[in-house]
Amino acid sequence: MSDKVLMKGNEAIAEAAIAAGCRHYFGYPITPQNEIGAYMSKRMPKVGGVFLQAESEVAAINMVYGVAGAGKRVMTSSSSPGISLKAEGISYAAGADLPAVIVNIQRGGPGLGGIQPSQADYFQAVKGGGHGDYKLIVLAPASVQEMASLTVKAFELADRYLTPVMILSDGTLGQMMEPVSLDFPQQQVFEKPWALTGTKCARPKNVVNSLHLVAEKLEQKILARYERYKAAEQNEVMCEEYLMDDAEICVVGFGISSRVARSAVNAARAKGIKVGLIRPVTLWPFPDAALKAAAKKVKAFICVECSMGQMIEDVKLATEFSKPIHLVCRSGGVIPSPEEVVGKIEELMINDK
Amino acid sequence: MTTQYLLAGFGGQGVLFAGKFLAYLGLTKGKQVSWLPSYGPEMRGGTANCSVIISDDPVGSPIVNASDVLVALNLPSLDKFESAAKPGSTIFVDSTLIGRKVNRADVCAVYVPATQLASDNGMASLANIIMMGKVLAAEDEETVKAALVKAISAKRADMIELNMKAFRIGKSQ
Repeated sequence: MSDKVLMKGNEAIAEAAIAAGCRHYFGYPITPQNEIGAYMSKRMPKVGGVFLQAESEVAAINMVYGVAGAGKRVMTSSSSPGISLKAEGISYAAGADLPAVIVNIQRGGPGLGGIQPSQADYFQAVKGGGHGDYKLIVLAPASVQEMASLTVKAFELADRYLTPVMILSDGTLGQMMEPVSLDFPQQQVFEKPWALTGTKCARPKNVVNSLHLVAEKLEQKILARYERYKAAEQNEVMCEEYLMDDAEICVVGFGISSRVARSAVNAARAKGIKVGLIRPVTLWPFPDAALKAAAKKVKAFICVECSMGQMIEDVKLATEFSKPIHLVCRSGGVIPSPEEVVGKIEELMINDK
Repeated sequence: MTTQYLLAGFGGQGVLFAGKFLAYLGLTKGKQVSWLPSYGPEMRGGTANCSVIISDDPVGSPIVNASDVLVALNLPSLDKFESAAKPGSTIFVDSTLIGRKVNRADVCAVYVPATQLASDNGMASLANIIMMGKVLAAEDEETVKAALVKAISAKRADMIELNMKAFRIGKSQ
């Protein structure tokens, strides 16, 4: 472990982005993700990259659109209210089939909300946020190591599926330090023949645009995009199963909630209760198959969330409402304790007898 | 085995650094570690605290709701976190800045006049490490130094020996 360093989650994202070949970062300050911009402002000049503090979140996401259109790896980051401001630009990037990485280190909302950690932007990330028929690939790290490795993965997925990819994390994971290894696998190089690199009078011009006034043409664009989404659903689902082999209760949580859930599962196991954890790593595409399989063997599910219950809807859909699904949640920047989850687990065991 | 530490004091007392040193000590020993600071408006001129977990197993929730070891460097911190200490746990108190005793009878209280010792030895900013010397008195010097080397930025490497001295002062209390 001697090659590991302690880093904040936010710093790990920034360093991993640079390792992935990102040389353009645009952002506007907001707690609790400021370490990303601060780190980029120090490192980018040293690696020949661009750090630019834009005049607003809206400006930053449109700078992302420009660099992505030029075929270069690019990232922006913000926290909940700032992501709402970026929503229009994210929709435009999705509509123009542009690869980019957008980081949301969530804080309590709605509105300006607070600055403490939250997961209440799940719907915004997974179900839309901006307008129109589009999806984001959404990755949910649960450790500082994953803040790094999933950032590298995000750039790869963005280039492969020609879509913005979102890292959906929260203030806890952004602020906490854990040991992290910054050795990443060699990056695949993606050809980008569609990029705006200058024709040099040697090829027809490329156009990057989300405007298609002929309905049938727009539909064709959308259908082609949904073919790529289908491929992502087939190839890119990631989830972790923990102690699920003999589990009678399945706890489901992502990101920081999964850490709380893991502590609760360990505590309940110590009391002899057969309980396991499924942790979605990709929130879109959602691990439907793993949850559907679990529904065949467990008696009930418990979703743990730092929101009033958003992911729980996808768990209900994935399991086709075949088993009772309960919720342990706190909102507004409060994180549920492992004891609250253990309490619900024990309650279900008593009711079962 | 998992030990949950809660370190708390005023902003500027080096609580977050003491936690970082502690986390690096765990890492040096090959343990799983997490370090989580409080962040929020209360940090500006007010109290600062951090949760550090050192474990043989992967760390679940990084938030310390009930401490095995509480290090209180000022009175508001002791007032706030004393009730959250686990029964049978240890509370380390900077007795220079905290006039009262620990009220709980089911915990072990250790009093170290860390701020006074720091002042007496001309290292006013190192009360935090003097305190950690007492908390980590069982650790050998080599491990402690390795952790300090990692926790202190290369630019401040000249501070390592002074930190070691502070650690030894705390250890000998």
